[in-house]
Amino acid sequence: MVDLFQPFVDMLWDVAPIALVLFGFQFLILKQKIPHLKQVIIGFVLVWIGLTLFIVGLEKALFPLGKLMADQLTSVDFIGTNTNWGSYYWVYIFAFAIGFATTIAEPSLLAVAIKANQVSGGFIKVWSLRITVALGVAVGISLGSFRIVAGLPIHYFIIMGYVIVLIQTYFAPKNIIALAYDTGGVTTSTVTVPLVAALGLGLASTIEGRNPIIDGFGLIAFASLFPIMSVLAYAQITDFLNRRKK
Amino acid sequence: MKKILKVFSHNLLDSAKDLAPIVLVIGFFQLVVLQQNIPNLFDIVLGTGFVLLGLTLFVYGLNLGLFPIGEALAFAFVKKGSIIWLLVFSFALGFGTTVAEPALIAVANEAANVAQLGGLIKEIELQPYAQMLRYTVAISVGFSVLLGVLRIIKGWSLTYLIIGGYLGVIITTAFAPDNIIGIAYDSGGVTTSTITVPLVTALGVGLASSIRGRNPMTDGFGMIAIASLLPIIAVMIFGMLW
Repeated sequence: MVDLFQPFVDMLWDVAPIALVLFGFQFLILKQKIPHLKQVIIGFVLVWIGLTLFIVGLEKALFPLGKLMADQLTSVDFIGTNTNWGSYYWVYIFAFAIGFATTIAEPSLLAVAIKANQVSGGFIKVWSLRITVALGVAVGISLGSFRIVAGLPIHYFIIMGYVIVLIQTYFAPKNIIALAYDTGGVTTSTVTVPLVAALGLGLASTIEGRNPIIDGFGLIAFASLFPIMSVLAYAQITDFLNRRKK
Repeated sequence: MKKILKVFSHNLLDSAKDLAPIVLVIGFFQLVVLQQNIPNLFDIVLGTGFVLLGLTLFVYGLNLGLFPIGEALAFAFVKKGSIIWLLVFSFALGFGTTVAEPALIAVANEAANVAQLGGLIKEIELQPYAQMLRYTVAISVGFSVLLGVLRIIKGWSLTYLIIGGYLGVIITTAFAPDNIIGIAYDSGGVTTSTITVPLVTALGVGLASSIRGRNPMTDGFGMIAIASLLPIIAVMIFGMLW
């Protein structure tokens, strides 16, 4: 049915470095015994098994699914033969929906949002932050797929994004800046990344004139850049409204 | 045993929550918009089950083994007071956690596949290419954590580091071959997820709270931002050299 032996062996080599780093430092430099050694070893074995199942499942389900969606949304049957970048609007809507939905449900974003709420003394609302970040990711992935369809070079978009982020940083309330920069990294979860990557590669390989190596990647970069902008904008707007109220 | 089951089912629910919106969106598009059947439905359901179970076991194992020992180590090194060892440990932590990052493994493999289909590398180079890509990213994350720790100790401004990073990205982009730019930009977002973020944050917060004059919240946070920039530069350099 599914050959699991080889993936398990491969994955052992992937988990080994962390174990080596942690145990090595513990024994050689700190010269300490590990507390709850049995529990730690069980933990590592679970990480190993879990990672293997995850990667196998990814290759069986999420990668094919992302490619399939890209195939079907760009097929001639679905959008006709006479196409320009505007006829792919379902692609953009799908990208937006998948970006928004996965980010709203992201557990690590929830954790960061709760922490940010505490740190800011209620200035940042948990739900508003989650929606803001999710909108940022959704717009990012949507724009990223437009870039693939239109075949524009990615660095124009990213450099433009950097410039906007820097301008926003200059005006944004100081206490939100580090958080905003970090939301970019937090949003792209372990499940979202492979699916979105497959979507981009699928788009680049089905649309005529696109090269998967050059055009297929970059959606994740968009998804990590846009939340920074949306969170900075959100902080600025809240700050502005609060000051007007006073 | 009962407690373990309870925690496990809680984790399973968390992973399901992470996956549910994807299932909903794809289901909606398949049935309502595209009105097509999903081919190989059995494989996809089975694979999704694997993803769900794998993610749950993975997170559970992290909480059981990796996080406690990682956090204890981070605190021990901060307390030890030797800056050299602290920096060595920071690098090793960033490197070790990134090499095993599931999203990075997946994307590196896919990048190698695409590179091979595009005739950029030969089939025999498939495995080395994916490995080298991962090690490039992991080494650069190691340096990022090291830099982030130095920043906390010295009290450098995060904004200047980020501006420097942006400039570095722009300059390397000008010299990098077209076929690596997309992969490079993506690797910034890929690196910082399940394993790296909690451990690196633990190190940052522990360090910031033990040094006088540092705010654990603002100083503990910025490390992930640095770790999303350096890999971009590193992968582009990798692309120039391969």
